[in-house]
Amino acid sequence: MKKAIKHYLLRLADSSLTQSQRLAEWCGHGPFLEEDIALTNVALDLLGHAKLFYEQAAEISEQDVSADDLAFLRDVDQFRNPILTELPRGDFAYTTLKQYFFDQFNVLLYAELMNSQYQPLAEIAEKALKESRYHLTRSRDWCLRLSLSTAEAKQKIQSALDDLYFYTPELFETDDQLKQLLADNVMPDMQALKQQWQQQVDQLLQQCQLQAPTSGWLATGGLRGEHSEYLGYMLADMQFLQRAYPGCEW
Amino acid sequence: MYSQGLQDAKGGQEPEGLLKAFQKRIDNEEKIEPRDWMPEAYRKTLIRQMSQHAHSEIVGQLPEGNWITRAPTLKRKMILLAKVQDEAGHGLYIYSATETLGISRDEMTRQLLSGEAKYSSIFNYPTPSWADMGAIGWLVDGAAIMNQVPLCRASYGPYARSMVRICKEESFHQRQGYDIMTVLARGSRAQKKMAQDALNRFWWPALMMFGPSDKDSTHSAQSMQWKIKRFSNDDLRQKFIDATVPQAEHLGLTIPDKDLKWNEERGHYDFGEIDWQEFIQVIKGNGPCNKQRLAARQKAHDEGEWVRKAAEIYQQNQQDTV
Ligand SMILES: [Fe+2]
Ligand SMILES: [Fe+2]
Repeated sequence: MKKAIKHYLLRLADSSLTQSQRLAEWCGHGPFLEEDIALTNVALDLLGHAKLFYEQAAEISEQDVSADDLAFLRDVDQFRNPILTELPRGDFAYTTLKQYFFDQFNVLLYAELMNSQYQPLAEIAEKALKESRYHLTRSRDWCLRLSLSTAEAKQKIQSALDDLYFYTPELFETDDQLKQLLADNVMPDMQALKQQWQQQVDQLLQQCQLQAPTSGWLATGGLRGEHSEYLGYMLADMQFLQRAYPGCEW
Repeated sequence: MYSQGLQDAKGGQEPEGLLKAFQKRIDNEEKIEPRDWMPEAYRKTLIRQMSQHAHSEIVGQLPEGNWITRAPTLKRKMILLAKVQDEAGHGLYIYSATETLGISRDEMTRQLLSGEAKYSSIFNYPTPSWADMGAIGWLVDGAAIMNQVPLCRASYGPYARSMVRICKEESFHQRQGYDIMTVLARGSRAQKKMAQDALNRFWWPALMMFGPSDKDSTHSAQSMQWKIKRFSNDDLRQKFIDATVPQAEHLGLTIPDKDLKWNEERGHYDFGEIDWQEFIQVIKGNGPCNKQRLAARQKAHDEGEWVRKAAEIYQQNQQDTV
């Protein structure tokens, strides 16, 4: 069970870390100052969540590892995030919609995880939920703003939707270890979560007058360590110092 | 970050009585507020100095932003991200304070991007190494504090108040920079070398942050009289050196100045000649990264255009439907 919990903690940690890493690329380059600050806020919160998940994973790990070791010394095939969160930052519409999908997922997930039988996870979820709710309000508002304003913005967010939509089912993917955690009431039923999520998303897309695409490559594999080409570059960048100067304090 | 003291201030044709009364308020340490009468030259000087200051905060995000995705630990990444975000916040407060003088943020942005407005020369130096995050926090934010603490008592109310808030954060920035340097200086041989190298590259540019030497600084007297400035460039520079040398010694790092020596008689450190040619070149736009910094700001501005437009139209639509 410990092994399965660690596996799931890494799924959660890697998701928040990779999402944060992409958002952080906006810092200093946002579309205007207030938004530069707001995007960085979200990146900081997500980084904070990732840190809590990694620390817990390190604590129950059989090997003597730290949270930093888990973030900075694992390779692509050991990362557990869905491919969605490792995709490039794209333009502001792409970032916004990707963030909305992720926020909507987290809000539903953390609300469930607060009732986890695994107490440390329930505690982190409670904290993360508060911040994720705020993130969701923001990303929803931006979806509306971009969809119901200018033709140019509408076209950009529609095109982001076309690109991103089929990456979302992967958020709900499970495996044997996760099924065990469901049986032990550590994590919720992802199929039920998916229904709730889909309902919320359909509602927003309708409000935004956006059309979901009808076909595309259905992303899969992150949970098994099968990733896109993007993750390797992200890790090369993120892990550079730890790899180039092994065993140092920073 | 901070302002570099390039302001000019020519007196206009203004009623003697008003000018006298104005100076009297300043002499009495009264704060000047946005609705108060003020000489045009005072307003212009402030707009110039404050907008330079705000631009420096914004451009100052870039050299450190360069390492956010590569910070070596989760904790360092969080601190750096928060720090660069603080600088954006400083820019925001100071732009708002400057707007009270009757110039819009759009106009200030235009002046920055066209090169009409200056920003601190220090941000035109590259940050090729992680240790530069340490050197910048320690030296650049350290120099900014020296400059800005007196500005908390500047005669213009909105500027002084924004500085009070900002200075608190700057001292946190300085501490985290010094902390990075401490860990590197006590680390492996490669890390120590990294720290020394960053100090070598940032020392002289940090000294230049205080602006030209007093004998070449033409506009200082008027700013002093208006209490926008309280200490001369050279005094602040000396103060910075005196405070920083023991910190470098504590780290076991060597300041790259062979003329640096404690002068018992003066009670200050003597130091070598600053390369003012380099300073002038960087201010003129010929520093190592001037082009990249402005290009990055321009790119963000251009790519953000449709987003700003969308937000504006959406808001208008919302108001129309209410
Ligand atoms: Fe600052
Ligand atoms: Fe700072």
